[in-house]
Amino acid sequence: MLATGDEAVTRNARIGLVLFTVYLLLYGGFVLLNAFSPETMERPVLAGVNLAIVYGFGLIVAALALALLYGWMCGPDELPASTPNATESTEPSQSEGDA
Amino acid sequence: MIYEASPVAVAVFAAFVAVTLGISFYLGGKAKSSQGYFAAHGQIPWFVNGVAFAGDYLSAASFLGICGMIAFYGYDGFLYSIGYLAGWIVALFVIAEPMKRLGKFTFADALDAQFQSRGIKLAAGISTLAVSVFYLIPQMVGAGVLVEPLLGFDHWVGVVMVGTVVIVIVVTAGMVSTTWVQFLKGSLLVVFSAVLTVMILARGFTVAEGGVDGHAFRTVGPVAEANLEAELQALDGFGEAKVVSPSGSWVGKPFVRVEVGSGDDGYVMVWSKSTTDDGRIVLREAQTETVEDGVPFVNGRKQTKEHDLHPVGTVASLEGGETESGSVGPLSFFSTLQKADVVLWGKEVVTEESGRKVTVYYQKPTPGNRILRPGEHPRFAGIRSDEPLKKLNFLSLMLALFCGTASLPHILIRYYTVKDAAAARKSTIVGIASIGFFYVLTLYLGLGAMTSGAMDVTNSNMAAPLLAKSMGEWLFAVISAIAFTTVLGTVSGLILASAGAVTHDLMANVMKVELADHQQVRVAKLASVVVGVIAIALGILFEDFNVSYLVGWAFSVAASANLPSLVMILFWKGVTKEGVIAAVVVGMTSSLGWILLSADSFQKVYGYSSTEAAEAALVPFSQPGIVTIPLGFLTLVVVSLLTKKNVPA
Repeated sequence: MLATGDEAVTRNARIGLVLFTVYLLLYGGFVLLNAFSPETMERPVLAGVNLAIVYGFGLIVAALALALLYGWMCGPDELPASTPNATESTEPSQSEGDA
Repeated sequence: MIYEASPVAVAVFAAFVAVTLGISFYLGGKAKSSQGYFAAHGQIPWFVNGVAFAGDYLSAASFLGICGMIAFYGYDGFLYSIGYLAGWIVALFVIAEPMKRLGKFTFADALDAQFQSRGIKLAAGISTLAVSVFYLIPQMVGAGVLVEPLLGFDHWVGVVMVGTVVIVIVVTAGMVSTTWVQFLKGSLLVVFSAVLTVMILARGFTVAEGGVDGHAFRTVGPVAEANLEAELQALDGFGEAKVVSPSGSWVGKPFVRVEVGSGDDGYVMVWSKSTTDDGRIVLREAQTETVEDGVPFVNGRKQTKEHDLHPVGTVASLEGGETESGSVGPLSFFSTLQKADVVLWGKEVVTEESGRKVTVYYQKPTPGNRILRPGEHPRFAGIRSDEPLKKLNFLSLMLALFCGTASLPHILIRYYTVKDAAAARKSTIVGIASIGFFYVLTLYLGLGAMTSGAMDVTNSNMAAPLLAKSMGEWLFAVISAIAFTTVLGTVSGLILASAGAVTHDLMANVMKVELADHQQVRVAKLASVVVGVIAIALGILFEDFNVSYLVGWAFSVAASANLPSLVMILFWKGVTKEGVIAAVVVGMTSSLGWILLSADSFQKVYGYSSTEAAEAALVPFSQPGIVTIPLGFLTLVVVSLLTKKNVPA
């Protein structure tokens, strides 16, 4: 019981970090493009709408898509709600060889 | 501008506040324990909590500040929208679930989970207070800004009203009622913004020479300098108009003063002057505002309802000489605007020898493709310069927005109102959906306001409500009331976060005051009243501040003080309590110090002119994030390594 709970926690954390990295790259690209090549942002790319707006909307849509993906991938892992003291499974911090 | 209260607006407004208070009193009876007061018994359904996130987060700054910034400068305000939303990704993927697992009531709980250190509680409690107070100021200022045109009251009355209502809400019911108020207001805000957006698209763009009051702004020329006066005199009512020769501080300014009429009826108005390539002159009607012996003057005459500043915000021309675009779609909205010309307004203060300050608002005809690109706002113009420091300032701001959200105490406490980590995750996803949708709308709302002909040239924070007013009195009333409840909700969340910090972190855990459960609640309520009163005072004091500017401070301080510890505790086993304390203290003081010593502060807080401020500033650029966030991480790592318990080698 305890092991599965911890596994779910680590797995979720790993998924979270991967998705976080994906978004960080998208956001970083947007910010750097704005800072170092603002002219690129003026170029119309979609139906006469410029890159600044398309990329901006894209970032918002991407945030939602990644969030939904995360929710779906994590799944209903914390289902064992029948054990109300699930919180106790978080292990106490290891005190390393302190006298 | 002079505003008159409208009965409809007042009625709708009163109804909103009454319902809000009603909910508070009704739910108040349900929260007697400290668990109920601070964390709503952990029983709020995740969907409600998710929308309440939106309620908490879409504060006065998001709604009023961003819309206003877009309405006055174009695309740049939308950069804030993007940054604010991106912050939620950090919250969801990195912070949300561990926060829920580690803590009980406050953010300090989570930091302190493995250490049980009074030092950490103290540092985290103080940083919670600092960030909350910083975040409170713009909310209170926003309240004043709203009440002024809506009810015709002075700024301070609005601030006091919000403060009082919020204190009542917080004292009666705590987190349960706050959450439900936030839920209600979050949904209303998103729904009505969507309605407004549909109306903007249906209305499309119309070419106009002036705003909704019917005044058409005049243009003279292009004409040779010698014929200027004659050309002016040809205007209706300008028979004896004279050009005043520039003197004192008007010399060298791109403005021309024109004396119209004579004797008691005479007045001096100002035009902005530009020169064409062949040396001829174009004059465009400007607007001025000044105060003489305590009496406000507008455009050279005493400010009255008849002689007031004219509303602005017009399309000068559309592609192919069209005068109306008809209704547009969500994408053709942008492509149409891209090919149009819009009149924006600039502002310059001229200080005359007598010490009288004249604020000149002048027309800036701007092509649509410039409005829809980044870098038009003075604060973002740096990205178009070749100076690396200015680009760094922009990067720093975007970093602070990215990191700040997940470190805001009033957002963090919302993770304790739901049942478990899964619910925390789900409510964050709902939050991202509603907030993201709203932020997409901000661009339409802002640009719609820009071309609505209803803008108050003196106050960008009013853009969204005035846009609604141009659509109809009812809509104005509803939008203003929602915006006001927005302020109410955010302020109550912040005050609760502060009260939690005071009672739970500082009193109970640092000073070790033994408090029975009901006493904790009583102390928290007392703390709420005190923080509320402080917020009222600061809201009155900071009246003239730009709302989003103040929020930028709060984000920087939150990110620098809180994020390093939050993240490192989750990912590095070597963190020590000394490391956490040092990181919080260093992050908080360095970011605060940086802000207070920056050119922005010298200009806006200490009243220097922009050139003086640039010289006096002790830091190279104004946004601290890019320096102080890494500094917080570095401090944490170094201090942790230095104070590490002896590990068996």
